[in-house]
Amino acid sequence: MTPYIEIHNLTKVYGQIRAVDDLSMKVMPGDIYGFLGPNGSGKSTTIRMMLSLIHPTAGQILLFGHDLAKDRYKTLSRLGALIEKPDFYNYLTARKNLEILGKLSGISNLKFRVDEVLEQVGLLSRATSKVQTFSLGMKQRLGIAQSLLHHPDLIILDEPTNGLDPQGQKEIRDLVKSLNQEHHITILISSHILFEIEQIANRMVIINRGKALVEGHVQELINSQDRQVAFVIADVPAGLAALNETTWAGRIIKSNHERISFKINKEEIPELNAFLVEHQIEIFAIEPVRSLEEFFLEITDHGEVN
Amino acid sequence: MGKLISIELFKIFSKPRTYIGFGAIIVIVLAIEFGILFEGDMMVGMIMQNIRERFIFEGNVINQYLVAYIILNTLWIHVPILVALVTGDLLAGEANSGTFRLILTRPVSRVQLVLAKFIAGWIYSVLLVVVMALLSIGLGLILFGPGDLVVITNKVNIFSSGDVLWRFAGAYAYGILSMTTVAALSFLLSALADNSIGPIIGTIALIIGITIISTIGVSLLGPVNRFLFTSYLPSWQLFFHTDDGLAKLGHAILIQGIYIIGFLGFTIWYFHKKDILS
Repeated sequence: MTPYIEIHNLTKVYGQIRAVDDLSMKVMPGDIYGFLGPNGSGKSTTIRMMLSLIHPTAGQILLFGHDLAKDRYKTLSRLGALIEKPDFYNYLTARKNLEILGKLSGISNLKFRVDEVLEQVGLLSRATSKVQTFSLGMKQRLGIAQSLLHHPDLIILDEPTNGLDPQGQKEIRDLVKSLNQEHHITILISSHILFEIEQIANRMVIINRGKALVEGHVQELINSQDRQVAFVIADVPAGLAALNETTWAGRIIKSNHERISFKINKEEIPELNAFLVEHQIEIFAIEPVRSLEEFFLEITDHGEVN
Repeated sequence: MGKLISIELFKIFSKPRTYIGFGAIIVIVLAIEFGILFEGDMMVGMIMQNIRERFIFEGNVINQYLVAYIILNTLWIHVPILVALVTGDLLAGEANSGTFRLILTRPVSRVQLVLAKFIAGWIYSVLLVVVMALLSIGLGLILFGPGDLVVITNKVNIFSSGDVLWRFAGAYAYGILSMTTVAALSFLLSALADNSIGPIIGTIALIIGITIISTIGVSLLGPVNRFLFTSYLPSWQLFFHTDDGLAKLGHAILIQGIYIIGFLGFTIWYFHKKDILS
């Protein structure tokens, strides 16, 4: 099966900065592919290169098996996109915006199709309102509507939930899922939130400083990681002192001023809990920690992988 | 290409700022025409005081053609600002509002898009000049009636009413050419900028700046002055010269044409390789 997106050794250099560094990845038909990375990791630059908005310094982008540099028309006509915040012609109505974009895509029976996508994203009743009266959530849905106009096989969404409230984020996630499951549209969605990608994606890549760090099926990546448990306690030094005299010391992964993380299985949790209570260490919480999340937090906290 | 041009025209004429240009033209023409209607005799009397001592004038000196000629003099002062107001926004406005991301992710050629935008901006510029021409000559006919045209340059040129209309047609056509050069310049600046204020002010600043330098410092610029497009913005006046005026027009048209092609060519080249980061 031909991948819908195939990127080989993609690089973008701005002066001394390598925004994207030798990045390779594949998105297969039917995927909801999570493109995860902290802010400034190169996600948007990569996506803009996929859409020919930015010229790569090196590397190759194949969309639907065609080289983007050579077959721009053919590839872009099968692709829809929403890049970062949804910007429209604010002085025009939602319908007029979509009609302009539909004309550029060469859509026939445009009026019908515009109404269809507006209904799909729940904005048909606001079709004649000027976009400047829309909330961010409505603009985001209109952004998805414009990406659907020309019946694309692949949609690229760059941080589509940015700035939305939890309800708005859920609506977008549900919409993305329904587009994939009911309309069989392959989706690449970028985000800096692991939870979001976990919720909707089946495959993902984590990038940082323009480099791919981890790629694979979301569930496999999550399950393959070792289970960790963090004890949030009142006095970490006292806790460490007590633990250092026992075999628990060998199970400690790391600690900071408020928590000690262990690599233990769930049956051992009550035993460790009892041990700390016996030594009069106050326990505030026991939290499961997945190393994938730790790994990602480390990236987002420090901006690089140690 | 036709589809792209119609879309760009639709966008231009959906923006309120577009109508500022037409509104300003209407206000300028009305102000001048009614000003001359009420104060014209005194103004013309002062200008022609010396001439009247040597010549006998019969008929209507203040007529539709004289008024239209006076209004034409505002062409290269006001209209460039109004042209830049729209053409300076054509590319920078899209960059500023982030809508390039919508357009350029569709199967549209960047070169065609730039050309379509320029043509749409040019059509707007032509309409400005046409509205100015129709309003000034049409309203002039109603308020002042026809007559021969007296033009005072370094000598007195008198054109019979039957010999005037083609000169006005030529002058307005040349005015369109000049405004095309202004449009091409502001369009170029628009490609370089991410908001429309810079291109609009930049265009006016360049035109005024170069005009001042080339007028005051002729010796400073020397032969270069001959090749500056600003030197030829008021060359429509050559249509109202009786001597070798028309012969000089060829050079003026050539220079303007070279600047238009140069400005537009650079804009296409620059925009084609530009990374859309906005």
